[in-house]
Amino acid sequence: MNRDAVAKISVRGLKKSFDRKTVLTGLDIDCAVGESLVIIGGSGTGKSVLVKCILGLLRPEAGSIRIDGVETVGVSAGARERLMHKMGMLFQGGALFDSLKVWENVAFGLTAGRSVEREAAREIALAKLAAVGLGREVGELFPAELSGGMQKRVALARAIAAEPEMIFFDEPTTGLDPIMADVINNLIQKCVRELGATAVSITHDLVSARKIADRIAMLHKGLIIWEGPTAEIDRSGNPFVDQFVNGRAEGPIEMEIRAL
Amino acid sequence: MLSFLRAIGAGFFAFLGATGRLFLFALASLARVLRPPYYLRATLRQVIEIGYFSLPVVGLTALFTGMVLALQSYVGFARFNAESSVATVVVLSMTRELGPVIGGLMVAGRVGAAIAAEIGTMRVTDQIDALSTLSTDPLRYLVLPRLLAGLLTLPFLVLVADVLGVFGGFLVGTYKLGFNPAAYLEQTHQYLEAKDVVLGLVKASVFGFIVTLTGCYQGYHSRGGAQGVGQATTYAVVSASVLILLSDYFLTQAFFTR
Repeated sequence: MNRDAVAKISVRGLKKSFDRKTVLTGLDIDCAVGESLVIIGGSGTGKSVLVKCILGLLRPEAGSIRIDGVETVGVSAGARERLMHKMGMLFQGGALFDSLKVWENVAFGLTAGRSVEREAAREIALAKLAAVGLGREVGELFPAELSGGMQKRVALARAIAAEPEMIFFDEPTTGLDPIMADVINNLIQKCVRELGATAVSITHDLVSARKIADRIAMLHKGLIIWEGPTAEIDRSGNPFVDQFVNGRAEGPIEMEIRAL
Repeated sequence: MLSFLRAIGAGFFAFLGATGRLFLFALASLARVLRPPYYLRATLRQVIEIGYFSLPVVGLTALFTGMVLALQSYVGFARFNAESSVATVVVLSMTRELGPVIGGLMVAGRVGAAIAAEIGTMRVTDQIDALSTLSTDPLRYLVLPRLLAGLLTLPFLVLVADVLGVFGGFLVGTYKLGFNPAAYLEQTHQYLEAKDVVLGLVKASVFGFIVTLTGCYQGYHSRGGAQGVGQATTYAVVSASVLILLSDYFLTQAFFTR
């Protein structure tokens, strides 16, 4: 089977460097329509860079990123804007606009990005807030007045507000207590299922990965070194994956620790 | 010797590179004027933020500048019996030079720093990336409204500064230096031309553009967390102040020396 023909997202030979530091060294990965792919890997391995390249926030030095079979690297600003209509993103820190109220944050992609009337966008935003378990009164608050878990939920509501075809989650549970992390995982599962969206998540939280992923891929030194169904993560046969999954300091993955 | 020349050359090329990047950033932002969507609400908010909220600081500074100018010129002119020129000196200095420059510098300190800090914080907290993922062009939404607000509101702000500066000179002239109020106002009008005020306001518009452009540019390209934002804020104020004084010389030469 030609995987490119069915892949919603297809990445080939992706390379990206910052100054002299090479982060992605020719990465290949695919994500099928409606699939939930979770990319795991240690800090600084290039997970966020990969997602930012797919979103067009970073421009790779080499390689191809196809969405629905269409090349997206180097497209015009207008084409990129149209492409963004298909995508939603939940940032690690939430990235909520602190000068806007919660409902304005959720409705932002509709009012500013798609010219929906403010009142109509407000109703959609309140419905999306309800979908992530937040009441109408929360809509009138500012992001700084919310807890970390609530901010993540608002960010999730904003990511799904325009009902995108693809949703990207950057460390969705980082910094949350285990119960709130599970709430967020449940919401991600529910929202992705209801929208029928393709989801790409990056995390180093294995509990979260096991819960939301159909397929897991591990990124190490700029390459995907293993990928497979979620159920196979514990019998991958890959020493790098085993070390990461079991959280051992000893193994083939060496942490860069500078002597004091 | 060679390393010294190399350092000068590197510095010069770095300056040229930075100027080129600033120019391209301004061009890319202004080009957004040609095509909708326009964010009128965001622009109006910036007009209020830059114009209205800068009024107290610019007004107060202009008032005292006019007062000091009257005092200083009186002391100087008294040495060759030209005290009667005080009113003319105050009004010409304020409208042609001090109103725009003082206004520009005060706005650089207040608004330029705030713009760099706000956009810089948005950059390091992924809010600018979030704008892109929400199908919103950051240059169109964040930068263009600020550039337009700077360009349009500074002339009004400086007009108020001109009036208050002249009023400050009038207060000192009549209450402290013993000028006849009617004679002082007559002197103020006598040598003032519309060109003095209008070209001063054109200067103000250029300075407003410089302040908002450097604030946006530094904030937009800040990196590295709180330290990066602090650095962007400093660079924004310093580069705006230097560019204001630099461009003031060339504008004065172009406007008033022919």
